Amino acid sequence: MAQVAGAPAPSRVQREWREWLLFVALAGPNLLLFAIFNYRPLFYNAYLSFHDWDFLSPVKIPVGFDNYVDVFTDPHFHRVLLNTVVLMVGGVCLTIAIGMALALLLNQKLVGRDAARSVLFAPYMLSGAAIAVVWVYIFDPNYGLLRVVVSPLGLVPPNWLRDTSWAMPAVIIVYTWKNLGYTMVVCLAGLQAIPRELYEAATTDGANAWERFRHVTIPGLAPITFFLLVTGILASFQTFDLVHVLTRGGPIDATTTLVYYLYEQGFIAFKAGNAGVAAVFQFVLLFIITMLQIRYLERRVTYAA
Amino acid sequence: MTAVNQARLAGTAGRRRVSSQGLVSKVAGYLAMALVVFVIGLPLLWLLSGAFKEVSEFYIVPATLLPVDPTIQNFPRAWYAAPFGVYYWNTIVVTVVSVIGKVVMACTTAYALVALRFPFKTTVFGLILGALMIPPQIVIVPNYLLFADLGLINTFPALILPHVPTAIGTFLMRQAFLALPREILDAARVDGAGHLRTLVTIMIPLSMPVLVTFGLLATQDVWNDYLWPLVITNTDNMRTLPIGISRLRDSEGNIDWGVVMAGVIYVIAPLLVVFFWAQRHIVEGIAAGAVKG
Repeated sequence: MAQVAGAPAPSRVQREWREWLLFVALAGPNLLLFAIFNYRPLFYNAYLSFHDWDFLSPVKIPVGFDNYVDVFTDPHFHRVLLNTVVLMVGGVCLTIAIGMALALLLNQKLVGRDAARSVLFAPYMLSGAAIAVVWVYIFDPNYGLLRVVVSPLGLVPPNWLRDTSWAMPAVIIVYTWKNLGYTMVVCLAGLQAIPRELYEAATTDGANAWERFRHVTIPGLAPITFFLLVTGILASFQTFDLVHVLTRGGPIDATTTLVYYLYEQGFIAFKAGNAGVAAVFQFVLLFIITMLQIRYLERRVTYAA
Repeated sequence: MTAVNQARLAGTAGRRRVSSQGLVSKVAGYLAMALVVFVIGLPLLWLLSGAFKEVSEFYIVPATLLPVDPTIQNFPRAWYAAPFGVYYWNTIVVTVVSVIGKVVMACTTAYALVALRFPFKTTVFGLILGALMIPPQIVIVPNYLLFADLGLINTFPALILPHVPTAIGTFLMRQAFLALPREILDAARVDGAGHLRTLVTIMIPLSMPVLVTFGLLATQDVWNDYLWPLVITNTDNMRTLPIGISRLRDSEGNIDWGVVMAGVIYVIAPLLVVFFWAQRHIVEGIAAGAVKG
């Protein structure tokens, strides 16, 4: 409406074109970088998964579904799937259970609770590799902290990281320790989002502390718990730095998870085809999980409205 | 209100019982809080104590919880055991440039989505959010091959470029811009402010809290990144701090834990400082993301 006098007014079509060009200039780079570094790899992984290639030879030999058959019938890969599920179930359950308990504790009016929250949340902010290095020292069977803790009881600690049956529990412990601050913060937000009136109404109706917890707090935390479940599954799938520093996927393959398998096939065994299969498999798996989450959220929103 | 008053009128006996019950739960609460802070903080204490122990103290079995004879010698020794100066420089360059890139991408894309007309706007937004569905760990082989073809293995562009595009940043800034009153945009337009000026002088300053939160979370993410720098660098002069500490442990762990723990402190100290300084922003950002779903 407000046009500068003197300058020839651009026609509507011209103005529209200028706006489109500006849109492309502003949003284009972000989209282009995503296309190069995220979308292209998706297709390139699929392409690699159908070829036999060692990263060096000039030709990639097309092998159809051979890599898929090889990977999915390989006992090593079955172990990898089992490890991934164990880390996921163990890590996600423990972080949610402990994080929620901590949130309930630190939601009370206690002097110093802010400082306590900071200490508990700090590990989540720190480099997983650096944290894992500290835990290697903690797990050290001779000079480690766990030796200090259990030796007064007359016990000898296991050689956590070199023992096939203790290595995975060790990884889960470190994963839980690093991530419980995150679940705590999210649960605290969830607790604060429960309307106070619900508690007051329950009290008026004669509900005791346990009944208020059972019928107000727990249902109130349900959506947050679902959110933590999904983000926890995605985070556990991505856990690479802890495994690489703590165990290198070992001993043997006791802690090789899907993400570590992908790295190992690609950058240690130089089997581009198998790395492609692992990548495609992970994408499909996480895609399904995300879709389920979106459908659940849509339903929740519809019912809530 | 009436219920509360009735409860107050119910007599002193009831009141005393409630308050003594309150006292017991208060004491239990403090005990529990002290216990969890001690147990969960113990690894951090072990890290600090290890960084200040003399070499000889590491071989006392069972180990002492605190250093008997604290020393700061581990810090200079760690600095020379691995090129921490180089690691710092690399990590700072990668983090600063990546985060600036992310912030610019987030603001410009969000502005385009909010303020400009474009025929395929929904598709563009969908494609940007869709990138969230691609797990970061699966892109490493193709991206490694891309940078290898370009001859850029072991360079800053390879370390930085894949970090620059952002879906979460775009989403957060778009929400923030949409929350601004429409009149502000119109007023700027009437005053003759162009699009870029509206974005830089009006919309970004008004959305600063969101931008700061996003910037902090992005900083933490890039600073701590491990898998990508592990595969894309192959000499110490390009490695970042997380890779550096992992390699220091490979060479010195089991031999000289004091040096390794001092190295860990080099890696985490800058982020700890940022965290304690800007804690509120970080925690609120995470909480807001969760509660809004």
